[in-house]
Amino acid sequence: MAIDPPIVSIKNLTFSRGNRKIFDDISLDIHRGKITAIMGPSGTGKTTLLKIIGGQLRPDKGSVSVNGQNVHQLSLKNLYQLRKNMGMLFQSGALLTDMDVYNNVAFPLREHTQLNESMIRSLVLMKLEAVGLRGARHLMSSELSGGMARRVALARAIALDPLMIMYDEPFTGQDPISMATLVQLIKTLNVTLKLTSIIVSHDVKETAAIADYIYVLSQGKVVGHGSPEMIEQSGSDWVQQFMNGNANGPVHFHFPANDYADDLFASEDTI
Amino acid sequence: MIELLTQLGEKTRDSFTKLGRSSFFLMQIMAGTMDVLRRPALLSKQLYSVGVLSFFLISISGLFVGMVLGLQGYYILSNFGADEALGVMVATSLVRELGPVVGALLFAGRAGSALTAEIGLMKATEQLSGMEMMAIDPIKRIITPRFLAGIISLPLLTALFSSIGVLGGHLVGVEMLGVDEGSYWSQMQAALDVYDDILNGIIKSFVFGFVILWIALFEGYDAIPTSEGVSRATTRTVVNSAFAILGLDFILTALMFGDI
Ligand SMILES: Nc1ncnc2c1ncn2[C@@H]1O[C@H](COP(=O)(O)OP(=O)(O)OP(=O)(O)O)[C@@H](O)[C@H]1O
Ligand SMILES: [Mg+2]
Repeated sequence: MAIDPPIVSIKNLTFSRGNRKIFDDISLDIHRGKITAIMGPSGTGKTTLLKIIGGQLRPDKGSVSVNGQNVHQLSLKNLYQLRKNMGMLFQSGALLTDMDVYNNVAFPLREHTQLNESMIRSLVLMKLEAVGLRGARHLMSSELSGGMARRVALARAIALDPLMIMYDEPFTGQDPISMATLVQLIKTLNVTLKLTSIIVSHDVKETAAIADYIYVLSQGKVVGHGSPEMIEQSGSDWVQQFMNGNANGPVHFHFPANDYADDLFASEDTI
Repeated sequence: MIELLTQLGEKTRDSFTKLGRSSFFLMQIMAGTMDVLRRPALLSKQLYSVGVLSFFLISISGLFVGMVLGLQGYYILSNFGADEALGVMVATSLVRELGPVVGALLFAGRAGSALTAEIGLMKATEQLSGMEMMAIDPIKRIITPRFLAGIISLPLLTALFSSIGVLGGHLVGVEMLGVDEGSYWSQMQAALDVYDDILNGIIKSFVFGFVILWIALFEGYDAIPTSEGVSRATTRTVVNSAFAILGLDFILTALMFGDI
C-alpha cells in the first residue's frame, strides 16, 4: 500500500465557517485506484471537504495535495488544469438549466476537446447509456427528477475520463433498483477506467459494500478509519453508532444548542 | 450615538469592499474578451437574448416618445409660428438626450434585471460552481459574452429608438397636425451635426451600456445565493443603473455641450 503515493493527501487541515470549526486538524490520505468512502453525520462537513479538495474553498491551516500538487498554491491556470482530472458530482446535480440532458453531458467535451460532433455524440450516448438515461436525452434538466438529475450529472462527470471522481451523495433519491445499478456502476467505472473514487454517503450498507477504505468524520475529527471490515469491528462508540444508526451515543442528531428546557422557558426576546 | 457611528463606518467599509470586488470582477471580464471573440457562437446567442429580444420594447417606446415630442413640440413652436422647426426639435432631443437615456433605462429594466436574475440563480443552483469544477471558467464562458453582447446591443437599440422616435414625431407633426413635410426633414438635416449630436449620443449610450452591464452582471455574480438574495440583487440592478444613467448623463452632457 505504501508503494504508490496517495492521490489526495490532506495534512493537518483546519477550516472554520464563522467561528465554528468544521475541521479541526484532520489528516487523511486517498489512495490511487481505490474507492474511498467518507461518512459522517449530516452537517459534519463532507461536502465542505470535497470543495476544499477541489480548490473551491481555502483551508485556514494545513495542506491539501492532489496528484502531487498543492491545490491551494497553484495558479488559477494550473488549478483549472488539475480540475480537468477531477470529476465532481454535486449533491444537487448542478446541471445547466438552459440545456437538455444531451447537451449537458456534451458540455465539458465541447469546452475541452476538439472532437467533432459525431464523436461527441457517440461519447455522450455511451455515458448516458451507462447511467440508464440514453432515452431521456431530449429532456430539459428541469424536467428530470432529483435522482435522474444526479445520474445525468454522473454521466457528465465521467465524460472527460478524469483520474478521480468525487461523488457527493450519489445514492440519495434513488430507488432500490437504480441504487443497486449505481453502486455497481461506480465499482465498474473504478475498475475499467482505473479511476480513484471518493464517495460521500450516508448509505452505510451500499457504500461499505464497494468501498476499499472508509473514513468516518464527526465534529471536525476523523473518528475512525479502515477497511469496511475493520470499521465494522471498530471498538469506537462513534463509529459503531454511525454504522448501526443508533439514536443514542456520542454522535448527536441535533445541531449544537443550549439546553432544550431552558430554551423553551426563556424570555421571548431570545429567539 | 457610538452605535450609529459604527454602523455608518461598517456601511462605508462594506461599500468600499464592494467597489473593490466589482473592479476586480470587471478586470476579469475584460481578460476574457479575446477568448469570447474567438467563439462568435457564444456571442451571437447572447446578442439574441440580450439585444434582439429588447427590439419590440425599444421600438414601441421610441414610437410613443417621438409622438409625444411631436405633439408637445408643435404646441410650443406653433405659438411662435416656428412649427417648421419641429423636425429639428424632435430629432435633437431624441439623438442627444431621450434616445440614450430612455433607451438605457428601458434596457436596464428589460435586459439588466434579467441578467442579474439569471446569473444569481445560476449561482444559487451551483451551476457556476459546477462549471468551475469542470475546469471551465464561468466568467469567460458565461459573464463575458453577456457583457460584450450588451455593450454592442445598447448603442444599436438606441439608434433604433431615436430613428423610430423621429418617425413618430413625423406621424403626429406632419401627418396629423399638418407641419410642412419638406421643412420637417430638411431643417433636421441641416441642423443635426454628425459629431456634436450623433457621435455624442452614441458615446453616451456606449457608456450607459458599459455601466448597466457591469452593475447587472456583478450584482448577479455577487448575489447571496438564495431566492431573497437574488430578488434583492435584481432590484439593486434596476435602481443603481437608473441612478448611474441619470448621474452620468448630466456629467457627459456637461462635458460634451456645456460650458460649466
Ligand atoms: N455557505 C456556508 N456558510 C456558512 N456555513 C456553511 C456554509 N455551507 C455550509 N456551512 C456549514 O458547514 C457545515 C458543513 O456543511 P456541509 O455541507 O459540508 O455538510 P455535509 O457533511 O455535507 O452535510 P450533509 O450530509 O447534510 O450534506 C454545516 O454545519 C453548515 O452549517
Ligand atoms: Mg453535503
